[in-house]
Amino acid sequence: MNEELIISGRMNQGIDPYLHLWHWPIPLYLFLGGLAAGLLFFAGLYYILGKEKELPTAVKWASFLAAPALVIGLFFLFIDLKNKLFFWQLYTTIRITSPMSWGAWTLMLITPLAFIWSASYLRELVPNWDWRLKILYDFERLAIKFRKHIAWALVFLAVILGIYTGILLSAFNARPLWNTSLLGPLFLTSGLSTGAATIMWMSKDHAERMLFSKIDLILIGVELFFIIHLFMGFLASTEVQINAAYLFLGGEFTVSFWVFVILLGLIFPAILEILELRGFKVPVAIPAGLIIFGGLMFRLIMVEAGQVTRYLY
Amino acid sequence: MRYAMAIDTKKCVGCSDCVVACQVENNVPVGYCRDWVTETVDGTYPSLEIEIRSERCNHCDNAPCVRCCPTGASHIVEGGVVLVTPNKCIGCGACIQSCPYDARYSHPDGHVDKCTFCLHRVKKGQDPACVSVCPTKCMYFGDLDNPNSDVSKMIAKRKYKTLAPEAGTKPQIFYLI
Repeated sequence: MNEELIISGRMNQGIDPYLHLWHWPIPLYLFLGGLAAGLLFFAGLYYILGKEKELPTAVKWASFLAAPALVIGLFFLFIDLKNKLFFWQLYTTIRITSPMSWGAWTLMLITPLAFIWSASYLRELVPNWDWRLKILYDFERLAIKFRKHIAWALVFLAVILGIYTGILLSAFNARPLWNTSLLGPLFLTSGLSTGAATIMWMSKDHAERMLFSKIDLILIGVELFFIIHLFMGFLASTEVQINAAYLFLGGEFTVSFWVFVILLGLIFPAILEILELRGFKVPVAIPAGLIIFGGLMFRLIMVEAGQVTRYLY
Repeated sequence: MRYAMAIDTKKCVGCSDCVVACQVENNVPVGYCRDWVTETVDGTYPSLEIEIRSERCNHCDNAPCVRCCPTGASHIVEGGVVLVTPNKCIGCGACIQSCPYDARYSHPDGHVDKCTFCLHRVKKGQDPACVSVCPTKCMYFGDLDNPNSDVSKMIAKRKYKTLAPEAGTKPQIFYLI
């Protein structure tokens, strides 16, 4: 027998009996950040590649969702802060060793750029739109003139943002489930995948839809590859990480993870997309919706399960 | 100067006086605690082994909470003591997630709170509250850089361990075993 008890009756809120400090707002924030990173990455990338006309949804229209996604995501982050009035302290310093500081500054840069990007296309979407002020027209002209620069910045910052949503968790070595450097690339891939699924869902053009269906298929493959390696790494690691892996291999998160994330969120939509690419008629909402749902579930489960894992002594 | 604590697990009886002393001294909000007592039982009856430890922030040399704080609210001061500046803390919880000892909590006022090694007492030459009230005198506090301090003497002559050293935090609470 090996039993460990806190006999002085510690019951700190959010900490005991097991850590449950971060609830749904944080995974939702990570999900929206990843989604926006995906949308902005493809917008910037295909603009740079000169595909503005062939892929209008990816370059122009889907980006209209990115800026609101970022704002809503930041709102969820804000409501999770316990000392809200001091949130501005994030922007009084840059802490090189803190992923959250990196994330805060990345969001500070990418959110206005996302707004500028979609604003520069607003009059194409709504032809009657009137900016009313001359300065706004000047601003729009400037944004259009520097689109290529903005596109490069978006691609660069979107990758940082996507990786950050994973590194935010992986930097905590006290939580063995999160403490793996695979989490950064895995969350980036998942974010790109939800972005591609959204573009696919919004697109009215068959060729564009097919392209993003293929991209999503590749991203799902990469995600599964990372997830397999994640478990291989855990099972070959120390006791605390083996215990973390067993939360998903027979433990309390087994059903939710394998059913909602792997089966419904990755494998089932992948099969539907393969069928679609082979010429079967599949309503796009099903694979796209499932991928987005899977991405959200993945973050909800990872944040919840990670807090259960800990060092034992 | 390097403040540290040595706690004799052979003398600790788990009375929780240290917990109450801390709550009173530091005006810890009701329902919370900065230190706590853990009891570990090993073995099978009748050959059981018991260890009682008074635990708190380890004021780590390689403090993950300080590293991950996005605003610099968590910081290290004289003697390696890890402190939180309440009006710099945004309450994001990153430091709570990063602590392998779960030694931090979110204060009802919003900021994160934790053991300060009673620096306000130490500066006056007193021991931390938990150390000074211990009825079995099982806790020793002092400067590791001073070979004549209580803590240096205890860890020089006794076997000791730290908690979760594999987490790489270089904890500065030494448990005499």
